[in-house]
Amino acid sequence: MTVLVRISNLTRVFDVSKPWLNRVIERLPRATLTAVRGVDLEIGEREVYALVGESGSGKSTIGKMVVGLLPPSGGSVEIDGVDPARETDREALGRLRADVQMIFQDPYASLNPRWKVRDIINEPVAARGGDASGLAGRLLEKVGLDAEDGEKFPHEFSGGQRQRIGIARALASGPRFIVCDEPTSALDVSVQAQVLNLMSDLKDDLGLTLLFISHDLTIVRHMADKIGVLYLGHLVEEAPPDELFGDPKHPYTRMLLAAAPRIDGFGREAEPPKGEIPDPINPPPGCAFNPRCALADEVCRARHPELRSLRGARVACHFAE
Amino acid sequence: MEATIPRTEAAEPVLSIRELVVEIPTRRGVLRPVDRVSFDIAPGEILGVVGESGAGKSMTGNAVIGILDRPARIASGEVRLNGARIDDAAPESLRALRGKEMGMIFQDPLTSLNPLLRIGDQLSETMLAHLPVGESEARERAVAALDEVGIPGASQRVRGYPHEFSGGMRQRVVIALALCAEPSLVIADEPTTALDVSVQAQIIGLLKRLCRERGTAVMLITHDMGVIAEAADRVAVMYAGRLAELGPVRDVIQRPRHPYTDGLMGSTPLASRGLGRLRQIPGAMPRLGNPPPGCAFAPRCPKARDACRLDPRPEISGSGGGAACLFPMEAA
Repeated sequence: MTVLVRISNLTRVFDVSKPWLNRVIERLPRATLTAVRGVDLEIGEREVYALVGESGSGKSTIGKMVVGLLPPSGGSVEIDGVDPARETDREALGRLRADVQMIFQDPYASLNPRWKVRDIINEPVAARGGDASGLAGRLLEKVGLDAEDGEKFPHEFSGGQRQRIGIARALASGPRFIVCDEPTSALDVSVQAQVLNLMSDLKDDLGLTLLFISHDLTIVRHMADKIGVLYLGHLVEEAPPDELFGDPKHPYTRMLLAAAPRIDGFGREAEPPKGEIPDPINPPPGCAFNPRCALADEVCRARHPELRSLRGARVACHFAE
Repeated sequence: MEATIPRTEAAEPVLSIRELVVEIPTRRGVLRPVDRVSFDIAPGEILGVVGESGAGKSMTGNAVIGILDRPARIASGEVRLNGARIDDAAPESLRALRGKEMGMIFQDPLTSLNPLLRIGDQLSETMLAHLPVGESEARERAVAALDEVGIPGASQRVRGYPHEFSGGMRQRVVIALALCAEPSLVIADEPTTALDVSVQAQIIGLLKRLCRERGTAVMLITHDMGVIAEAADRVAVMYAGRLAELGPVRDVIQRPRHPYTDGLMGSTPLASRGLGRLRQIPGAMPRLGNPPPGCAFAPRCPKARDACRLDPRPEISGSGGGAACLFPMEAA
């Protein structure tokens, strides 16, 4: 398997300080929030890599850095050997941008309400001076809509149909790699099933590589070839789905799996997880999960565990075995 | 399953809805977001109400507590709380019931708390309005209520404002607020949709425990089948404003009788079911203003025959529940 996307030591820091005048008057220091901290991962060609985590875990920030919507504060993203933040060859950059697309979470916010659907879909090609004639019609049919729908405006479509339009737009430039940021969390289950099926069909037909970002473990298990679990900006575990669900190694992964409501869990009286995600501005020292972890020890409070290989998975825990 | 409270047929239901119809008159005709819905909730029972967006779940809940936004109104049918009709009650008497007899928990905890009042003041205000207590006792009870919903350091936190609490903690405050006057019915409308899974598990566990201890009836509105499976005793499946299926949660989830419930189950990606294609329901829910004749699900239903497309539409027969379908799925 050839590696298409290589993410090394990726870090993103946001400045969340108060305005300078407040800092002067109230004698406050600058405050920073590290949303993503030293994430290393590789995505193989034609692989579906899923990132899961709760809110504030940094999954969307990674997605934005991968497509180049946010510059990284440290580390690098290489797609097919090209780092968009450092590449100076315009031609290589242009090719890279056509190769990488994104599907967004909210189908109501991601389509321009004043543009016809045809123009929305053609834009990624037209903006680069390409020939987009007939493209929208073909793509609309590919995602299960009518070619004539190109003449309509986004408000004439339901949420699921809009997400199909978003998918058609992402396919317009003939990409190899698509980042899907919670593509179905705004949709109802029956519509979600339609969109997920469409995405896996398209992936097989077109040989796409996907980075699939979601908070929903059941969807991730359904879609992914490999799953990375994030907690407070750290990659804490990475494994193929069967491995992750069958033999979760990180205590946080175990907690997540236990907490997810199960459709066969009638009257289940599980001990609910303890605590909440800590404040990312003042994360706990050592392992970020230690305040909620049953296994936590002095080592966990002192030293951050490195990601290490363990039985077909990678896990960042001092005690996982 | 000793965890659930057995539903005794003899017990008077806390909430009883019969043939409830909610209408919204518009310039282009009358919309019916809730169309002849009937169900009961017994003391201590959790009834899950599921359905996709626009199915009428929240509208049913809002009609029960009498907070429909104009021009939506209850057009016909009955809502009884502890035997007394409340659908035609005057706004003042409904206001006295809300908080006292009916507690409410909404999706977004930040918008259901007053941002300008301390948490403790909001709790004691509710108790002063509904319970025969004095100021100092209300204050003590506010601390006890926060303690009971698992807020650490309750005696200090009563002085906090809503923005000082995290999302999960705010929802705990809302639960404390909904339960502080010891209502007999709680309507929880998507109480965990805005929360992360680990916090969701905490909140659902809390809701289950408190309602079991107090014998409170709960109408739990959600779109998440997993939450329903774990929390509810019975479940009502809604589609296009109508009840599609009603029954004990195990039966409805494991042996759905209505093709819509069956489709809904098939399209839920199950952690336990592994890979493969998801079953999908073709098409989308009909628009409110223009429901098809007969069964509303017929245009999307794989089993629909001509009889399904004719009025009168199928109804749930029998008081115990069942499916509103002429050709229900075979019990496997």
